[in-house]
Formats: sequence, C-alpha cells, structure tokens
Amino acid sequence: MSLPSEDATTRVQPSLDELRDEAMQWGRKPRAFGTWYVTEHMVRAMRAYGWTIIVGALGQPILYLLGLAVGLAALIDAPITQNGVEVSYLVFVAPALLMTAAISVASEEFSYPVMAGFKWRRYFFGFSATGLSPGQIAGGVISGASARIIVVVIAYYLFLWLFQAVPNPETGWLTIPIGLLAGLAFGIPYMAYAASITDDKGQVALVQRFIFMPMFLFSGTFYPLATLPLWLQWIGWVSPLWHATELGRVATYGLPMDPFVIVVHVGYLLLLSIGGYVIGRRMFQRRLGA
Amino acid sequence: MPAPVITAENLVKAYKVKGKPDFLAVDGLSFEVAPGESFGLLGPNGAGKSTTMKMVGAVSTRTSGELSILGLDPDRYGPEIRSRLGVVPQQDNLDGELNARENLYIYGRYFGLPGKVCHQKADELLAFAQLEDKAKSKVEQLSGGMKRRLTIARGLINDPRILLLDEPTTGLDPQARHVLWDRLFRLKERGTTLVLTTHYMDEAEQLCDRLIVVDKGRIMAEGTPASLIREHSSREVLEVRFGSDRNEQVAPQLEGIGDRVEVLPDRILVYANDGEAALETVTHRGLTPITSLVRRSSLEDVFLRLTGRSLIE
Repeated sequence: MSLPSEDATTRVQPSLDELRDEAMQWGRKPRAFGTWYVTEHMVRAMRAYGWTIIVGALGQPILYLLGLAVGLAALIDAPITQNGVEVSYLVFVAPALLMTAAISVASEEFSYPVMAGFKWRRYFFGFSATGLSPGQIAGGVISGASARIIVVVIAYYLFLWLFQAVPNPETGWLTIPIGLLAGLAFGIPYMAYAASITDDKGQVALVQRFIFMPMFLFSGTFYPLATLPLWLQWIGWVSPLWHATELGRVATYGLPMDPFVIVVHVGYLLLLSIGGYVIGRRMFQRRLGA
Repeated sequence: MPAPVITAENLVKAYKVKGKPDFLAVDGLSFEVAPGESFGLLGPNGAGKSTTMKMVGAVSTRTSGELSILGLDPDRYGPEIRSRLGVVPQQDNLDGELNARENLYIYGRYFGLPGKVCHQKADELLAFAQLEDKAKSKVEQLSGGMKRRLTIARGLINDPRILLLDEPTTGLDPQARHVLWDRLFRLKERGTTLVLTTHYMDEAEQLCDRLIVVDKGRIMAEGTPASLIREHSSREVLEVRFGSDRNEQVAPQLEGIGDRVEVLPDRILVYANDGEAALETVTHRGLTPITSLVRRSSLEDVFLRLTGRSLIE
C-alpha cells in the first residue's frame, strides 16, 4: 500500500510563500488549456456509445439517400425550381439532409451530456472543483460536440458526392463548415437552455417533438420555403436549418443568391451561436458557482 | 507555528430569497487551519457547512468577509487554488460512463498532468482506495462505499495540499465507514491537511484535531474534541428511559442529580462526572427506568448543550 506523497516523517510543511508560488504554477495549464481537457473528456465519454455514433453517421445518410434517390426522387420526376434554377429533387434535398443530420446530432450532444453533467450524474460539479472555469466547461462541451458534428457532416458529404447529389464539388465541400455552423447555431442555445433546467420534467423530449420536428418539416427541407403559405414560412425564417440549407444549396449546386442574403444567413447562424454561448456561459457560471 | 493555509475572517454567504430578506447561509465565520491539521466543521444539516466548503473550495464566491486559501484570494485566483485542492463532495459526481480507472485518469488531465503521469497515479490511487480489482468496472457497478473511496482517490490525483471532504461517510454502512476512516487516517498521518464537514460526532472525534461547531451559519464553539467535551459537558452521561409518555413527568424528580438534566422525547440525559453514582441515586429515589446506560460524553452532548437541539434530526 503506497501513497503518492512522501512519508510524514520526512515531509516538511512548505512555507505559505512556497505554497502560493506552487499554486500559481499549477494554475497556468488549466487556465490555458482547460477547454481542451473537457473536450478530451467529452470525446472519451462518446466512446461508450461509439457504435451508435458510427452506425448513425454512416447508416442515416445511406437510408435517407436510398429512400429519397431511389424512392421519392423517382416519384417526383419534375425538377425543382428555386430562384430560377432547376435541379433534380435529389440535388435539391441533399444539402437539407446534411444540415438536418448536423442539427440532429447537435440536439443530442448539446442536451444529454449537459443534463447529465448538471443533473443526472452531476459530473460538471466535479470538473468545476478543479482548475477549470465554468466558461471552459461550456467551451469543452461545445468543442466535444463539434468533433462529432464534423465527423457526421464529412461522412454525409461523402455519401452525397457518391450519390451524385453535389453538382459543384469545388464549392460543395463548404457544406462541411456550414453544417458545423448549423449544428452550433441550434446546439449552443439548446445547451444554454439545458443548463437552465434544474427540475427535469422531460423537457429534452419536448424540444425534440415540438421544436426539432416542426423545424425539420417546415424549413424548406423537402420543398422550397416559398411553397408554404406566408403564415407558416416564419418557422423557416427563425430556423437555423433553413438558413443553413439555403447556404448549402448555394454551395452544392449554385443556387443564385444575393451576396447580402448570404451575409444575412451566415450572420443569423453566427448570432445564434454566439448569443447562445454568452447566455450558456452565464448559465454554467450560475449553476456551478452558487 | 506555521502560517495557516486557510484563513477565514467574518465570512458571509447570503442568498437572495424572493420577497424576503437575504438568507444568510454563512453568517460571519472566522477560523484558521494550520498546514497538516485535520479540521472539522460539525453541525446539523443546513448549518452552512457545505456552503462554507464551497467557498473554501474556491467554487462559490463569498458575499463579504476575508478568505485566503494557500495565501491566495479565491475571488481572483480560483483556478490556482483549485489546482492544489482535493475535493470530495457530499454527492458523488463521478462519470458513470467511464470506468473507475478512466475516472481517475481524466481527472488528472484536468490538472494539466501529462497522460503518462495520470496513468501511473491512477494505478497508485486504485491501490490506495483498495479498488485494484475494480479498475475496469463502470462506476455505476460500484457499491456506495467503493464510489466514495474512488471519489477520495480522485481528489488525491493532484497530490493536493488540502483535502476537502463534505460529509464523507454519509449514507455508508458501518463497515464501509471504518474502511474510509482508515484511509483518511493514513492521509492525516502523511501530513495532508484535511478539512471535513460532518454531522456524525464519532467521525469528528475520530478524524479531527480541532473543530468548530456550526449552527445557523455561526460558530457556536471551537476547540479539540476533548476540550469541547470538557468545556461544555460532564465526563459521563447517564441515559435513562421511562417510556416516551413518562419521561417529561419523571424529569423533575431527577433534579439535583449530576450537573444537569436534559429531557429528550425518547430519553432523559443526566450529565454527571460519575454516571454509575448518578444511576444509584436515581434508584434510591425509588425510580425504576426501563433501560439505563452510562457512557462517556460525546460531541453530540456538546452540540445539544450549545444549541438545545440534536445533531441528527
């Protein structure tokens, strides 16, 4: 039986100055790299459900693309016209599928680990007892989730390309960073909300049903948003999925778009991400420092 | 006398309560902890012990007063202070999705320790916590006592200068408590500064060199367990039971026996230097208790004396 510290008889208690200097020294690394330590933890924890991640990342695009390319696209013979450009149904729907996948993964990675961290298993309280700050813990959750989102969108993009759903691969790859941004724009505000839940009444399941599902259905995913009556179009306007999908269409098949509108789409996604982070960080501070 | 590693002066933590004056969870605590000392906060639930621990742990900010940990102000140097502390919280917060060893490894990473060092320390600490054969077990499969030991092991991964333990043995069976006490005693022997809260007087007596008795956010008394008992209680206590409906009624007839008589719902405590002699006097007065017991005074008696309430309510 050995203990990592030396024996009491040989141990001389250091002076307060020495202790202070030692603490200053030890504080440097967590201050500089704390966010990455949390990221490492998040990614390690993902290994517990690693197969779900891999099967989800590969299986979902295959199923959707087979279903849509072989099934629905065969039925919808007529090309889709948006902003004066005609494309096949598969090409039209492809960027929307990628963005949906990114947001779907975000809705898992920004909710369950956050609920577990604060409520179910409370491990964030363990993190906050170390040199980490609440902001770094929030940052680590974001970068951990980002890692998974990137894996998923890259896999998705490769499948789209294989299924010949990307007519312009020279700009099409931009759907990868756009997908990440879409995930963050939905996920970070969701993280802020999840961090505010002190009384778990199944809110996470409600978000899935009443926010994620309508967003998926009414964000110009399967048909141009303009097809919808005006009183339903607002769902698309506020939805990060629609903004990201529009950008994705510009990237994959060159949907004509005013540069100003592109800026608005990107700006909106950034606004949600950054705004979510500012609020989320405050929530983490409030929960962990009370 | 070496400089204290913890200095609290007039420490206050207030929480806002809607429509009411602020609730003072900690109301002007002052204490010092010397390096290598084992210092306890004894008090009932809700006394402000955990809140004090969170402030000392540089997690929760103080409302007012002065606080210095390892010579640093936690408001400014939170990460630096926390890097040199070990914390064992009241509620376990291990990551159930990782196994025992991974929990130690990843925690070491939080202190910026290189991966190799984390692996080595994880193995050492699994041995210390007597959990070597559980290294690969998921945390959820461990018993309550094992989880506590793993949490303590985790708190030691950075060779902390101060180990903070909040109610370390609450909810554990007696055997698990003794195993844990043994581990903590070893740390104490090695010179680690321990700060612990507890509402178990036997735990405080076992582990603390010095303690403060806290109630409603204030210090009621301070000293070594022995000096507190000497100061606030008699050497022995006679416990007599006459049946819960008769205790109150019999109590006046015990007046004058020992130094003091305390009536609890289920029993009467007679504080006396010689418990057996006190019991003899009771029977001489023609009273026959259903049960009687003579024991040494404990911190429980000190607390009862100071606050008029029992520690475990």
